[in-house]
Amino acid sequence: MATTEEIRADLADIVNEVAGVDADDVQLDKSFVDDLDVDSLSMVEVVVAAEEKFGVTIPDDEVKNLKTVGDAVAFIERSQG
Amino acid sequence: MSSTRVVVTGLGTTSPVGGDVPTTWQAMLAGTSGVRHLDDDWVDSLPVRIGGRVAVEPSEVLDRVKARRLDRSSQFAMVAAEQAWADAGLEGSGLEPERLGVAVASGIGGVTTLLANYDALLEKGARRVSPLAVPMLMPNAPAANVSLKYGARAAVHAPTSACASGNEAIAMAIDLIRLGRADVVIAGGCEAAIHPLPMAAFANMMALSKTGSEEGGDPTTVSRPWDTGRDGFVLGEGGAVLILESEEHARARGAKVYAEVRGAGISNDAHDIAQPDPEGRGGTRAIKMALREGDVDPATVVHVNAHATSTPKGDIAEGLMLHAVLGEHVDRCVVTSTKSMTGHLLGGAGALEAVATVMALHDRLSPPTINLDDKDPEVDLDIPTSKRELPQGDIVALNNSFGFGGANVAVAFGSV
Repeated sequence: MATTEEIRADLADIVNEVAGVDADDVQLDKSFVDDLDVDSLSMVEVVVAAEEKFGVTIPDDEVKNLKTVGDAVAFIERSQG
Repeated sequence: MSSTRVVVTGLGTTSPVGGDVPTTWQAMLAGTSGVRHLDDDWVDSLPVRIGGRVAVEPSEVLDRVKARRLDRSSQFAMVAAEQAWADAGLEGSGLEPERLGVAVASGIGGVTTLLANYDALLEKGARRVSPLAVPMLMPNAPAANVSLKYGARAAVHAPTSACASGNEAIAMAIDLIRLGRADVVIAGGCEAAIHPLPMAAFANMMALSKTGSEEGGDPTTVSRPWDTGRDGFVLGEGGAVLILESEEHARARGAKVYAEVRGAGISNDAHDIAQPDPEGRGGTRAIKMALREGDVDPATVVHVNAHATSTPKGDIAEGLMLHAVLGEHVDRCVVTSTKSMTGHLLGGAGALEAVATVMALHDRLSPPTINLDDKDPEVDLDIPTSKRELPQGDIVALNNSFGFGGANVAVAFGSV
């Protein structure tokens, strides 16, 4: 079972790969759109890469609720649980 | 058609013989081949295992995250456009976005993106298809990405006429300026089709040469336009861009001018989907049209960058065209095929060869045709095998491109 910090770090690598955001900036309180400048198509790529990395399914309806990095980490933790 | 004069004020390229114009041009003058054995892991399954990869990978030049959203063909277009834009000195020139157009072509479009996403669909399912697949693979992606980069808000075109596409883009750019629809046009072409599917297809239609692919073979000798040993083209990749500008606009901002674009001619054979008209009648009409549009005296045409791809029939047909158009003057015309060095860039070919044609006028030097050891007796043209000086005075050079679908495009450039 991955810790919250391990999930955050892996997600940060994905956001870095897709959107070029410095991985250290991808912290739990950061908004994907407002703070990290991840646009909607990049967000789809982040979601698909996260599904593959963490072995979870993130429905399209759920993506709009994932406003912050913390929202995404919490969703992944619940799905893995 | 108005008599607006159109000039070339900037050049850019990434090619199999160089990562920019100075490197590419010097390699061409020196007769350097960019054709190599391919080292891709898929290559062993193919009958043709050579090609002209770009000399400098676009990943070495472009921002990683931006490049990730571009098909390789668009990456080549962006690299070439950035060079041409800087060369023309347009940054901060005050050019209105509504007066800046784009005409950047590819022959096949984003074929590697299409096929990589199809592989992902089959292997991993629909969820793994990139949400960016369509805007990356669409044929107007290179043109659209160039327009985004420079904020071009006049017409943004992506003509497709197979191997004539790059030259057709230049012809289209001339029209945009002469019709008053733009003052400056970023014009060119690109192609990234070194992938097993298009290579297998070209090999199966007997268009690609199967020579030199064996271990120990020499890939640099395979592209041999007009030589009796020619047996098909070599696939190359890359992109090239020219900045075309109304002379009035260029003069007003004090831009340096490489050459004048005198005129263009476009025609179609309506003969066969892949084979050229054996007598070259459509190509002859296109060249005559280009000379007429530019009010060019055939006696002043002293250089031709030929389409000549190293196929048995096409190379001969082009010789017939030049005789038909230039008549007795053909004897004083220095003809070259830079594809002998770069391979065939398909939709990028016309643009790369336009850059070479402009540089030939600017430096008054024709690049050689390499591998011409035993000239086909059916070809009666002056084709130097080392670089040759061109005459002083007002001279004109032609760039020819012909494509599947019967497309013929000729563009006449004049010295300044």
